[in-house]
Amino acid sequence: MMDKPWNNRAWLFVLPVLALVLFSSIVPMMTVVNYSLQDSMGVNNFFWNGDAWFRDLLDPSTEIGARFADALLRTFAFSAAALAVEVPLGIAIALCLPRRGWAVGISLVIIALPMLIPWNVVGTIWQIFARADIGLFGAALTGIGLPYNVTQDSVSAWVTIVVIDVWHWTPLVILLSYAGLRAIPDAYYQAARIDGASRWAVFVNIELPKLQKVLVIAVLLRFMQTFMIYTEPVVVTGGGPGSATTFLSIDLVKIAIGQVDVGSAAAMSLVYYIIILTACWIFFTIMTQLDRRRDA
Amino acid sequence: MRSAVSSKIALVIYLIALMLPVYWLINLSLRTNADIMSGLALWPHHPTLEKYRAIFDDPTWVHAFGVSLSYVAINTVISVAVALPAAYAFNRYHFIGDKHLFFWLFTNLMAPSAVFALPFFNLFYAVGLFDTVWAVALAHCLFNVPLAVWILEGFVGGVPREIDETAAIDGYSFPRFFIRLFLPLIANGIGVTAFFCFMFSWVEQLLATTLTSSNALPFAAVMTRSYSASGMDWSLLAAAGVLTMVPGAVVIWFVRNHIAKGFALGRV
Repeated sequence: MMDKPWNNRAWLFVLPVLALVLFSSIVPMMTVVNYSLQDSMGVNNFFWNGDAWFRDLLDPSTEIGARFADALLRTFAFSAAALAVEVPLGIAIALCLPRRGWAVGISLVIIALPMLIPWNVVGTIWQIFARADIGLFGAALTGIGLPYNVTQDSVSAWVTIVVIDVWHWTPLVILLSYAGLRAIPDAYYQAARIDGASRWAVFVNIELPKLQKVLVIAVLLRFMQTFMIYTEPVVVTGGGPGSATTFLSIDLVKIAIGQVDVGSAAAMSLVYYIIILTACWIFFTIMTQLDRRRDA
Repeated sequence: MRSAVSSKIALVIYLIALMLPVYWLINLSLRTNADIMSGLALWPHHPTLEKYRAIFDDPTWVHAFGVSLSYVAINTVISVAVALPAAYAFNRYHFIGDKHLFFWLFTNLMAPSAVFALPFFNLFYAVGLFDTVWAVALAHCLFNVPLAVWILEGFVGGVPREIDETAAIDGYSFPRFFIRLFLPLIANGIGVTAFFCFMFSWVEQLLATTLTSSNALPFAAVMTRSYSASGMDWSLLAAAGVLTMVPGAVVIWFVRNHIAKGFALGRV
């Protein structure tokens, strides 16, 4: 790490990336900043509005502020629920996967498949699957007498969205954990067998420590992705019933495009973006720390 | 031995649970709407390919499938091409602002599409690219270029620096070294990166639908439109859904042993 030579001509290699990402990131971002500080009277008639949008947004006593606070809380709750299921389940399944043999390739392909389905199709699949009349999942749940109804009952809607996310993204945790497990040399297991260690002892003392790095990556990636969830709930529940599953992204699009309340939406975008940026920074710091440990 | 058997059983149960929703979709796609509405059936009693035929005969669907594949392809080529030199630079050299730049790229990888939907719409409308495959391809660069840089950087790091030095001593010019020697060494990495760019461009729909209206409407968006237009044609919807899974299922086989490394952004 330390012996990388200084060479500022390396900037030339980075220029194409810089130009492209500047175009697709900074330009739109400046539009958002612009909107967030202005109010409009009809089309193309903007005037300076200072920090009023932000003050409304961050004050829970205003209508938009209360709405934002609710959506934020819901989004955090959703992230927590999804992670609480996906991480243990992912590790457990990764431990069940065979280490070699013909079944590995097939299992991995099946496991990865849900991640390759367009997100609105994931929504459609579950929209069908969760219906009580033509879907197996919905029919099974109502069949055993549960009051299950995605569009009417907010508990059902929540459970469904979490189940969808678990179905869709636990594979990510499995793949990462499996890669981490495969990197553990056989000698470790042999030593454990000689010592007569139990299965649990092997997991806690050998596998879990070795998995630390991939698990950090998995948890952080999953946190970010759940925090930005949009397409699946829009298709399956439309953010409802009421606003039970209206997460931040959904609310943002509703305000910006549905209500054409561009100022509020832009201010909300920026606050949202700052939260993501903070999470990114934590992620980045942890990751570079772990990289350094790898190189040391 | 007992634990080996029970873990096999657990794995099989999980795989079945994972495939059930997909199986259900395939099941519905092979039945007619009247048949679907008449009640649950665990498998199609009178399987018919009628809806698939309808999709392949309808120019709107076929065109949309072409649109989806072309913006995904354009995006993948652009992303990998610009990311290669950048990944090399980040891994091999220190330069002013390198860490900040790397972090900034990373923040774009994590940028929520919802934040960018409206400004992108304005931007591409203003430059006249709205409703073209280029708009979607360029918009997806927002997260795919940083993704490609991050994954490739991990793979570049796996090539010992001695190789660069030896090539320089042997009199290779830099471009010749990079193209003739270095790229073949990270061919796996390029394949994995291309796969991930393909995947994230293929699954992303919020930007893809915001930036198109009729000419360049992606396949999955035509699907959503069609069901609101014609009431609930569940069977057609299911058949279209099955078709959207095919490209992913095909390409995933080639990278199955390297997927984890890609998802870990090249950091396993």
